[in-house]
Amino acid sequence: MSQTSPAVRRYLKRLMILMSCYLFLLFAAVWLFRHGPALGVLAWPLAVAPALPIIGVFWAVMRWLIEERDEYQRMLFVRQALIATGFCLTVTTIWEFLQSFDLVPPGNGGFGAAVFWFIGLGIGGIVNKFTLGDAGC
Amino acid sequence: MENRLRVLRAERNWSQQDLGERLEVSRQSVNAIETGKYDPSLPLAFRIAELFDRPIEEIFVSPSRRSSKAI
Repeated sequence: MSQTSPAVRRYLKRLMILMSCYLFLLFAAVWLFRHGPALGVLAWPLAVAPALPIIGVFWAVMRWLIEERDEYQRMLFVRQALIATGFCLTVTTIWEFLQSFDLVPPGNGGFGAAVFWFIGLGIGGIVNKFTLGDAGC
Repeated sequence: MENRLRVLRAERNWSQQDLGERLEVSRQSVNAIETGKYDPSLPLAFRIAELFDRPIEEIFVSPSRRSSKAI
């Protein structure tokens, strides 16, 4: 078996397509909101559009877990995803309480929960490397 | 889980990569099993046993048997 499994290759391909869609939709939405005509009710789907490829990345991650046949690699990634979920929930929970007591300004400065989840995946990889000697994919 | 995978592999002059290819798992998986960092599932343990043509208990040391010996 090569170092990169077919499941990982499929995941990376999906990730590249989805991130390309995300960049396109994000720039299109920002441009249209700033320079386009009055959007009316279309503003709603346009605002949601950049979120769809991000949701697609969650789908791609789950597909990878299902399609990966190497059980050790799968276990590494499950650990990574659990750490990412814990990190994301911790950060967003703390942030909400700080906002509730007016210690930080409202809004998230563009850093949604997904950003913290993806950062958490990186942390999960580091934890795997230190505890098991393998970071995973 | 303690096991004799490294010995059995060495007897055949297989690298971890060679064994991984025969078992259809990554070299990292073979290394993790050999070093006892990861316990394989029952289907993978059977695949390993069939590849080496040995019963599972000749390759993997039962943790309960090992602890009872220690007592």
